[in-house]
Amino acid sequence: MHGTKAKDTTLLIVVAFMTMFAPFLLNPFPAGSELAQFNAGYPDLMQRFVIFGIFAIGFNILFGLTGYLSFGHAAFLGVGSYSAVWMFKLLSMNVIPAIVLSVVVAGLFALVIGFVSLRRSGIYFSILTLAFAQMSFNLAYSVLTPITNGETGLQLSLDDPRILDGGGPATSLPVTNLFGWEMRESTTIHAGAWSFDLSVGYYLSAIIMLACFYLSIRIFRSPFGMMLRAVKSNQQRMNYTGLNSRPYTLAAFVISGMYAGLAGGLLASMDPLAGAERMQWTASGEVVLMTILGGAGTLIGPVLGAGFIKYFENIFSKINEGVLHGWFAVMPDGIEDLLVAIVYPFVGKGWHLTLGLLFMLVVIFLPGGLVEGGQRMGRFAFRRRDRKAGPVESSAAEKRAASSKPAE
Amino acid sequence: MGILEVKNVSKRFGGLKALSDVNLSVRENTVHAIIGPNGAGKSTLLNCLIGKLIPDTGSVMFDGQSVLGRKPHEINQMGISRVFQTPEIFSDLTVFENVMIPCFAKRDGAFRMHAIGKTSGESDIIEQAERMLIDVNMQDKRHVQASSLSRGDKRRLEMAMCLSQQPKLLLLDEPTAGMARADTNNTIDLLKEIKAKRDITMAIIEHDMHVVFSLAERITVLAQGTPLVEETPENIKGHPKVREAYLGEAQV
Ligand SMILES: Nc1ncnc2c1ncn2[C@@H]1O[C@H](COP(=O)(O)OP(=O)(O)O)[C@@H](O)[C@H]1O
Ligand SMILES: [Mg+2]
Repeated sequence: MHGTKAKDTTLLIVVAFMTMFAPFLLNPFPAGSELAQFNAGYPDLMQRFVIFGIFAIGFNILFGLTGYLSFGHAAFLGVGSYSAVWMFKLLSMNVIPAIVLSVVVAGLFALVIGFVSLRRSGIYFSILTLAFAQMSFNLAYSVLTPITNGETGLQLSLDDPRILDGGGPATSLPVTNLFGWEMRESTTIHAGAWSFDLSVGYYLSAIIMLACFYLSIRIFRSPFGMMLRAVKSNQQRMNYTGLNSRPYTLAAFVISGMYAGLAGGLLASMDPLAGAERMQWTASGEVVLMTILGGAGTLIGPVLGAGFIKYFENIFSKINEGVLHGWFAVMPDGIEDLLVAIVYPFVGKGWHLTLGLLFMLVVIFLPGGLVEGGQRMGRFAFRRRDRKAGPVESSAAEKRAASSKPAE
Repeated sequence: MGILEVKNVSKRFGGLKALSDVNLSVRENTVHAIIGPNGAGKSTLLNCLIGKLIPDTGSVMFDGQSVLGRKPHEINQMGISRVFQTPEIFSDLTVFENVMIPCFAKRDGAFRMHAIGKTSGESDIIEQAERMLIDVNMQDKRHVQASSLSRGDKRRLEMAMCLSQQPKLLLLDEPTAGMARADTNNTIDLLKEIKAKRDITMAIIEHDMHVVFSLAERITVLAQGTPLVEETPENIKGHPKVREAYLGEAQV
C-alpha cells in the first residue's frame, strides 16, 4: 500500500549492500595507521554486529510491535548457545544441525516462559521475564552443571562422541564448519596500505541476518504484524473486537525467542563455547538498549542499535591512556595531561559512561531512536532544498505526517 | 422472547448499588433505547453485557446462550459489538487499519496466524473496509493516524469498526455525544440505513432526545440502577415517572 513496498525493497537492498561490503566499509583506515584502531572490519567484531543484529531484530518483533518489554531475552540466547554446543559435541561440527536445534529449543523455552509471563502485562510482565531469565542463569550456573558445565562453561573436548563426524582419536579440537568450509577461515585482501578480511563465519552470519531481516519486514507488513500493533495500541478494543490478544502476543514472544536462540546458536557456531553469563540480566538489558537506541518499532533501528553498542563495546573500550597521550602529544605537556584527564573517564573501561550518556540523550531528544535522528536530518536537508525551490509548508507537513506513521 | 434477555442483574461497587435487579428484554431487529440521568447505571449495564464486568447476580442471555463467564472476545464473536462512551479505537494505527482489524476478526475468528502474507494482498478485506469508510463518509481520512481525528470522527470511526463486523446486536453508548448537529443527523441516517439494509438489533444509550425519537422503537428508562418504565416513544413523552426521574436529576 501507498509506497511502503518500494520503500521496504530499497531498505532491504541497502542493508544487503552494507552487510555484503561491510569488511570494506568498516575498514576505512590504512592498516598500520594511527586511526586503524577505529577499524571495525575484523571478522570477530563484524560477526557480533550481525548476530546481535538478529537478536535485536527478533526482540523488536515483540517489544517494538506489541509493546511488551521483556527483560529476560538473554535466556533464549543462552539456551541457543548451549543447544548448539551440545550438537557439536554429540552429532557433528557442521553448524546447520546446531543452528536448527538452537532455534527449536529456544522456541520451546519461549513457549513455556511466554505462556506464564503473558498472563500479566506492563511492569509485571517485565518482572516475570526477568525472574525466569535469572532462574535460568542460576540453574545453568549451578544445579544444571551436568548439562551446562557450570562456571567453566560448556566446551568441546577431544573425547566427544560426534556421531556423524566420527569422534575417533583426535589430537586437536575440531573446528565448526558448513559442509567443509571452516567458520574461522578467512582471506585477506591487500590493497595498498589497506587490508580487508573476508571470513566464512561473517558471511554465513550476514546472510542469515539478511534472511531474518527480510522475514521481519514480512511480519511487519502482514495482518499478523498489524494485530501486534493493535495489541500495543489498545488491547481492550482488540478483545472487544472479537480478537484474542493472548495467542497473538504469545506467537510474537515465541518468534522473538527463536530469533534470540538463532543468535545464540550462531555465537556458538563462530566460537564453540557457551557460558551462563550469556544469560545474565545485563545481557537481557543490552538488547533492550540496542532496540530503543536504534528505534523500537522501526525496521532498521534494532540493527543500527546493535551495531552502535557493539562498536562502542569493542572499539571505545580499547582506547587507553597511552593512546590518548599519543593523540594529544602535539599539545604542550600541561594541556596534554589535562585533556587526557578529561577524556579518559569516557573511553577505555569508561565506555559504559559514554554509552549511558548517549542513551540518555537519545531517549530524551530522539524518542524514536537513531532512526528518528536520521529522519530528522533527512527532513532538514529536504526542507532546505525545498525552501530554495519555493513553497514548502504543505510538503513539509506531509512528510511530518508520513514520518509519524507507526511502522516507519 | 428477545434476542437479549437480562434477568435480575445487580452490580455493586463497594457500597454503591449501580444496578439493582435489572430486567430488560430486547426484541430481535428492533432499536431499543436506554435513557436515564447520569450515573443511572446505563454504561454499567452494557459493561455486564460484553464481559467487561461480571454482574453480582442475575443472568444475561444472548441468542439463547448465556453470556456470563465468557471472555470479551468470545462474546463479540457471538455477535455483540459495542461503541463505547469514550471512543475506544486503535489510536496509533491509521483509520483504514482500524477498520480492517474488525473485518479480519469477522472473517478469521479470534486468532489466525497470517504472518507472511501481505496485508495489502487481502483484497476482500480491503474492499470491505473501503466500502465501510465510504458508508461513514471518511474515505478521505483513510491514511490519517486515528489519534489525530476529532472526537466526532473518532466516534464515527468506532461505529464503522463495529458495523464492519456485521454484528447481530450493536450496543451504542452515547454515539452522538460531542458531535456537531450535522454529524448527529448523519449518524441517525447511517443507523437507519444500516437497519433498513439488513437484520440488526440495536441498543442505544443516548441523551439527545432527537436521536432517541428518530430511531427507537422501544425505550427503557433507567434511574438509580433500576428500570422505571419500558414503553414506546409515543407513550414515554408524558410519562409521570420519566418526568420525575429527570426532574429529580435537575433538582440536584
Ligand atoms: N468501575 C467502576 N467502579 C466503581 N464505580 C463505578 C464503576 N463504573 C461505574 N461506577 C459507578 O456506578 C454508577 C453508574 O455509572 P454508569 O453506569 O457509568 O452511569 P451512566 O452510564 O448511566 O451515566 C455511577 O455512580 C458510577 O460512578
Ligand atoms: Mg455512561
